[in-house]
Amino acid sequence: MTLQSRVPDGPIEKKWDAQRFEMKLVNPANKRKFHVIVVGSGLAGASAAASLAELGYGVSCFCFQDSPRRAHSIAAQGGINAAKNYQNDGDSIWRLFYDTVKGGDFRSREANVYRLAQISVNIIDQCAAQGVPFAREYGGLLANRSFGGAQVSRTFYARGQTGQQLLLGAYQALERQIGLGQVAMYARHEMLDVVLIDGQARGIVVRDLVTGKISSHAADAVVLATGGYANVYFLSTNAKGCNVTATWRAHKRGAAFANPCFTQIHPTCIPAHGEHQSKLTLMSESLRNDGRVWVPKRAGDTRGPDQIPDGERDYYLERMYPSFGNLVPRDVASRRAKEICDAGHSVVPGGHGVYLDFRDAIGRLGAPGVAERYGNLFEMYERITGEDPYRVPMKIYPAPHYTMGGLWVDYNLMSTIPGLHVIGEANFSDHGANRLGASALMQGLADGYFILPYTIGDYLAQAKLAKVTPDAPEFRKVEAEVADRTKKLLSVNGNRSVDSFHRELGTLMWDACGMSRSAAGLKQAMTNVRELRERYWKEVYVGGKGEDFNQSLEKAGRVADFFEFAELLCRDALHREESCGGHFREEYQTPEGEAKRDDARFSYVAAWQFAGVGQEPKLEQEPLGFEHVHLAQRSYK
Amino acid sequence: MDLTLHVWRQAGPAVTGDFVRYAVKGVTPDMSFLEMLDMLNEDLIRQKQEPVAFDHDCREGICGSCGVVINGRPHGPHKATTACQLHMRLFQDGDEIWVEPWRAQAFPIVKDLVVDRSAFDRIVQAGGFITARTGSAPEANAVPVPKRDADLAMDAAACIGCGACVAACPNASAMLFVAAKVSHLGALPQGQPERYDRVVKMVDVMDEAGFGACTNHGECMAACPKEISVDFIARLNRDLLKATLLPPPSGRDWSGAA
Repeated sequence: MTLQSRVPDGPIEKKWDAQRFEMKLVNPANKRKFHVIVVGSGLAGASAAASLAELGYGVSCFCFQDSPRRAHSIAAQGGINAAKNYQNDGDSIWRLFYDTVKGGDFRSREANVYRLAQISVNIIDQCAAQGVPFAREYGGLLANRSFGGAQVSRTFYARGQTGQQLLLGAYQALERQIGLGQVAMYARHEMLDVVLIDGQARGIVVRDLVTGKISSHAADAVVLATGGYANVYFLSTNAKGCNVTATWRAHKRGAAFANPCFTQIHPTCIPAHGEHQSKLTLMSESLRNDGRVWVPKRAGDTRGPDQIPDGERDYYLERMYPSFGNLVPRDVASRRAKEICDAGHSVVPGGHGVYLDFRDAIGRLGAPGVAERYGNLFEMYERITGEDPYRVPMKIYPAPHYTMGGLWVDYNLMSTIPGLHVIGEANFSDHGANRLGASALMQGLADGYFILPYTIGDYLAQAKLAKVTPDAPEFRKVEAEVADRTKKLLSVNGNRSVDSFHRELGTLMWDACGMSRSAAGLKQAMTNVRELRERYWKEVYVGGKGEDFNQSLEKAGRVADFFEFAELLCRDALHREESCGGHFREEYQTPEGEAKRDDARFSYVAAWQFAGVGQEPKLEQEPLGFEHVHLAQRSYK
Repeated sequence: MDLTLHVWRQAGPAVTGDFVRYAVKGVTPDMSFLEMLDMLNEDLIRQKQEPVAFDHDCREGICGSCGVVINGRPHGPHKATTACQLHMRLFQDGDEIWVEPWRAQAFPIVKDLVVDRSAFDRIVQAGGFITARTGSAPEANAVPVPKRDADLAMDAAACIGCGACVAACPNASAMLFVAAKVSHLGALPQGQPERYDRVVKMVDVMDEAGFGACTNHGECMAACPKEISVDFIARLNRDLLKATLLPPPSGRDWSGAA
């Protein structure tokens, strides 16, 4: 197999227009004859399902939550970028494109990123028309803020609940189509496999999470919008249900998995409190606009923050990066926090925390001014920690948050399996090795509203699609395999809970394949993951029945997939002998401790082909060319 | 701290349930309420008993999945806080805690603490949207929205659809949920064309789903983790009254509606 990116020729500004013109259209009267399955109902899935239904396709949409409105996109706080240049501060499509390629540390596909920047402006129009209550200025026009180190104000937001409001917009559009009978919605259904017939993705096998019934659903194309895999670390900012199952099982059926080692560790999360911690909570990155990050200069200093005079504080980001200061990109801020804590300057017991201090902002803006900007975030912090950030500095530490890697897709968002499209965080996407703040919402909605609805038509218009039903032997076979696997999990009947295994896997991955990685550590981790995986299948206790509402069984399947996937993540991290973006290899750094890319050897997308559990996967490379953004070491000094 | 829990256990919708008493030992103040339930479940799994089923996902108070009645109060005793963000520091060693599911005819029990809230989705399907086909939107700044209106819309749109309002209401009314959506969309210029049709359709489906009527107890607002105001119910009622005075849109008969 060779990877065909199918990026159209011509100048970058015209590629998407050219592609849209070149693509075959499905006659309006014929659209209703095609059926598309969308798995996942977050920003990407809900917007795609609604848009496809509006076009006239028959759509079935699946989500494991009890309602499509609960997908984890809802938790995004900060905002969504768009190159509207409403602030007249020099933004443009070109600048958003440039920032995103550079921010991604030159490991994304230029043509995709340019298209993303172009479409960003349409997203805001669409969402405003749906009634998303974006922040407004007194004149009634849309407000913006600068976010995550951008030097222009291009971020649109709805208080600290931008993801929620954008998702509700897409959810409402989806519900409208459900009401019209254009979309069949299957909530509390989990996709457990994809079914290929004659090499094409023709449907999925799902488990009804209420009754436990396993069933097949056939279609002309399948869209995965199933999010990222940060829960491989157990503790992450992802929702508890987020998992790799859909993409992993598609990978096992032939979809290449690209750049799994590109994981994003978000710098501003509430530090873990103890052994029963079940997940981590993100505090919006916008806090870094006014909060100052510091630790005591003296290692092991146990004085309270109010006891440490300014001269004895190390505002280390401001010291190391005078021009960007506290607003350096996420990967840099996270790694520096780890380093300074590893050197003994942590401000929390256990060694994992730094201060994010609003004292100066309160002095400058007054407490009400700070409350206007961050009131809801401060309340949230106090609710969780019991401390009032107006009086004592917040404590923060990095946590896994987002995954740039995912299933490989071409320019049309199709995976290496014909008919299997992948959108949103689930694909390897446009973010390269590091995603900029407020770009995930942009990408999810660009894929779902404005890219997939065009590109899937091109596939449907040209693919030779024989009529299939869920009774086909291919479906029966996969159904039996899924049922078998479920039975196997239930029959282990060991003595350890699924969570205890997941927690152990997570710790292992966080230590060896988290914020910094080394060849020796990764090799050891791969061995340890394999051993732990074998123990899992001997010692796990699931309990209950398959034909019932059984949350332990749901988790057991997901964790089993994380175990297989974790090895691939380590392997990819081991093979990439360079540091870039969220992937930091200790062996490859500059004398100042910055990530050192190796463009001569690694300027490519690493796409892995499955060869069997525990078998070495086959590496395919998609070379990356940079014609428009000059390759350079990122500098935020 | 050591606690005594009385947890509602019910194997399915068709069987009767009851409270079951459990002792949970070694709870720490910085744990969330759901982490305390995780701990109970770990204990149960160790004893090869079936863990307690409860809905949860984001665990940061925004997805609306979680929700249990804790000592008679939806989401527990802390103001403006979902069960997942409720922390054990609010409880004391030796406390007895009763944990039960939302109770409402329109929210049938699935298992233990899990209920079926799909009636909320059906209400949104009926009209809880602005019809704006993808691609048909005008330039975003072409329609200015006064900041006051945008803020009001955001206040209402903060609803997470958890259903605590229904669980708190003695009538199991869904008025606060419906009013929040009606007010969010009705406050914006983009929501005007469908405003009156929307409110009638949503209220119709709400009634069909088996939710009770609003009799102004205000319990919903007190339980709401997002502090959605009952003022929005007044707005809904005003829109509903206006709607029934307007001629119905073609093809609809409003006699007996809402």
